[in-house]
Amino acid sequence: MGIWPFGKKDKDEEKQAEAPAPEPAPAPEVEPEQEKSWLARLSDGLSKSTSKLTQGIVDVFTKSKLDAASLENLEEVLIMADLGPRTAAKIVATFGARKFDDNIAPQKVREALAEEIEKLLAPVAQPLTIKKPENGPFVILVTGVNGVGKTTTIGKLGKWIQAQNHKVMLAAADTFRAAAVEQIQIWGNRLGVPVVSKDVGADAAAVAFEAYERAKREGMDVLVIDTAGRLHNKSGLMDELGKIVRVLGKHDAAAPHATLLVLDATTGQNAFAQVEGFKEVANLTGLVVTKLDGSAKGGVVVGLADKFGLPIHAVGVGEGLADLQPFTARDFARSLVGL
Amino acid sequence: MFESLTEKLGQVFDKLRGNTKLSEEDVDLALREIRVALLEADVALPVAKEFMAKVKDVAVGADIIKSVSPTQQIVKIVHDGILAMLGDAAESALNIDVTPPAVVLMVGLQGSGKTTTTGKLAKLLTKGRKKVLMASLDTQRPAAQDQLRILGEQNSVATLPIIAGQNPIEITKRALEAAKLEAYDVLLLDTAGRLAIDDALMAEVASVRDIAKPVETLLVVDAMMGQDAVNVATEFVTRVGITGTVLTRIDGDTRGGAAMSMRFVTGKPIKFLGTGEKSDAIEAFKPDRVAGRILGMGDVVSLVEKAVETMDRDKAAEAAKKFQEGKFDLDDFRNQLAQMKQMGGVGSMMKMLPGLSRMSGKIDEAKLDETILKRQEAIMNSMTKRERGKPDLILNSGSRRRRIAEGSGTTVQDVNRLMKQFDQMQTMMKKMRKMGMGGMMSMAKGLLGGNAFDAMVADAAAQDPAAFEKMKDSLPQLGANPFASLGMGQQPKLPGGLPPEFFKGKK
Ligand SMILES: Nc1nc2c(ncn2[C@@H]2O[C@H](COP(=O)(O)OP(=O)(O)OP(=O)(O)O)[C@@H](O)[C@H]2O)c(=O)[nH]1
Ligand SMILES: [Mg+2]
Repeated sequence: MGIWPFGKKDKDEEKQAEAPAPEPAPAPEVEPEQEKSWLARLSDGLSKSTSKLTQGIVDVFTKSKLDAASLENLEEVLIMADLGPRTAAKIVATFGARKFDDNIAPQKVREALAEEIEKLLAPVAQPLTIKKPENGPFVILVTGVNGVGKTTTIGKLGKWIQAQNHKVMLAAADTFRAAAVEQIQIWGNRLGVPVVSKDVGADAAAVAFEAYERAKREGMDVLVIDTAGRLHNKSGLMDELGKIVRVLGKHDAAAPHATLLVLDATTGQNAFAQVEGFKEVANLTGLVVTKLDGSAKGGVVVGLADKFGLPIHAVGVGEGLADLQPFTARDFARSLVGL
Repeated sequence: MFESLTEKLGQVFDKLRGNTKLSEEDVDLALREIRVALLEADVALPVAKEFMAKVKDVAVGADIIKSVSPTQQIVKIVHDGILAMLGDAAESALNIDVTPPAVVLMVGLQGSGKTTTTGKLAKLLTKGRKKVLMASLDTQRPAAQDQLRILGEQNSVATLPIIAGQNPIEITKRALEAAKLEAYDVLLLDTAGRLAIDDALMAEVASVRDIAKPVETLLVVDAMMGQDAVNVATEFVTRVGITGTVLTRIDGDTRGGAAMSMRFVTGKPIKFLGTGEKSDAIEAFKPDRVAGRILGMGDVVSLVEKAVETMDRDKAAEAAKKFQEGKFDLDDFRNQLAQMKQMGGVGSMMKMLPGLSRMSGKIDEAKLDETILKRQEAIMNSMTKRERGKPDLILNSGSRRRRIAEGSGTTVQDVNRLMKQFDQMQTMMKKMRKMGMGGMMSMAKGLLGGNAFDAMVADAAAQDPAAFEKMKDSLPQLGANPFASLGMGQQPKLPGGLPPEFFKGKK
């Protein structure tokens, strides 16, 4: 996990008490094993395996599978977290094969379930990595359906990029929605970074094209492009997005270097169609899940991880500049089951 | 990625054909599929449970209506239940005939579409000769007030001048004053998006309500919303109090189960549907528009309705009997063709069938040549009644065939082809005496020719592998079509059939 430079605002700490929001990643620790002597490690390993063995024997007599009612209850918890009926059933089916102490506390069962889900999410929990190409900026294209939080995420992302000592520029390629340009301009002001824009109604691809030129000329490390919200089933609008991708490719065949789909945590199973639709025209490289500071859990990403395996880079937990956090499989999984 | 409910139910009820009452087990079996379908459609779990209990009440012990299959019957019960739950269109009117200004307060989560909807409502009301003022209380999101101002300019609707630094309460008071002073009929108050669990902001909008005393408080909800709909609805109802909801982005491809959750939890009518980004993309709520899409079963419902409308029951029963006795003659063949035509032709029948419905685009592209059906009908029309009853007369006489060809404006080859096809159908029928009569759709497949049919399917598969993957399963059960219960059982595919050029595929 990359080093995430944000602390939490005080206001958020209050919220945290009521809403289970993912916590910041723990500071990376040195692997304790590396410092131990080989002998210590060997005996550690031995005791681990013996205890495993004895535990196994004990288990046969004292452990049993969860009953149908408990499993159904767990399945419902997952469904209400938006995992969808199929993914929820699949996870619970696997989980139902496990054995537990007969008098295990419900809390412990949930913890075990969270661990199960964590395993599914761990492979997609990948921070966004920025590698500036030799001659030109690293281009991040931000896409998504209407109102999911693209522009706000760009503001927050801008701050994260700055914190890594990169020079960043924003491009206002939402030339459609009323006051979209003004909105990203305000974020640019907050960050103290330039925003490239044209008039309302201008060709979005032209904005992107020119923004690249300017970013390159001015020696920018990163260019983040905002796009208009669009529904993935509208072919005209999706073609427009495809055009943005294509013109960027004229500057640098590898651009956009990252194409993010922003997903709103309140979205239900339609998220599948969104990923599919956007993947088709823009080669998505990762997801950002927003509005996790609310009561929605965003559980649909578990199924998405299974189906598409797209990295989930970050989560949005508020409307301020600092409200972007790395996606951590453990925190997310625990919040899904209500821990 | 969604399998339509009817496909699934078709699979379930295939096994139950022949029963006369829906038993509890049958219904439970169906409910399991219905549950998954509802949840896939994002109907909130508690709402889905309640709904299923009601369906079960109605369905268990219901007599199986002879003319429809158990699948159709359950689908109809579910569909009617959803319609009932969604409420009726009549409730959707805005209650603004009060002493002006009528205040309408727009509330909802971040990004649900409040501002756009405010602009649309303003335009709609202006068209209805109302003098409308809009004011944005969104001091939270950057440029939100500008957004509403621009929408006002675009649609020639007045907006309250923006004064930087004012808080929502101050803006509300100023808006009320302006609306009274300048004699506006309606004042639309757009508010900042807020989380249902954000105490401070929920309290703030409650004070706005206390000051503005709205006649309508509309909760604006994204149709793509998932299970959180319950929390959102509950919180906004208890903390703010709403009079109705607006469902936005219904122009997307979501199943829109949130509509059911909202209606159920709030107990308030859905008043409008947002159907696009433009200012006039708003419609008064119509339950059938939403009900059909929730379970993707609009197709079957309309097919059943059409079938009931156009099917001549007696003729169908007679044909079925003859079919079974192996006495199906050209007259019966002609009747079947005529009925198929009445139902909008093969193409539209295929589109209405579960499994094929999702491919309606492809079916249009395949440009089914309905003229071939017309030609066949013409050929049979220029036969005498006696000839149709005794096809051998035609088979044995070249001059009859020439006369028929001339009379129908076709060629002798066309007549031969039809006779050959009919002959094959009869051979087939004799082979499957016990299996009962093939459904009309199977007949369609027979008519199109197994080859042409399969070619179209293969073509569709190449163009859209994902859709095909889903459709594949439903293909072998074409016999389990909605006509199955009209005394028609499953049937292996008919040989022969129409020449491949029936499909002028646009390859
Ligand atoms: N609570 C919360 N609100 C958010 C978050 N991210 C965005 N928002 C809010 O969601 C609303 C929509 O955000 P925008 O950034 O304008 O969304 P967008 O995707 O750019 O919208 P369009 O450009 O109109 O499609 C705004 O009110 C944001 O403040 C988040 O993580 N948490
Ligand atoms: Mg935006």
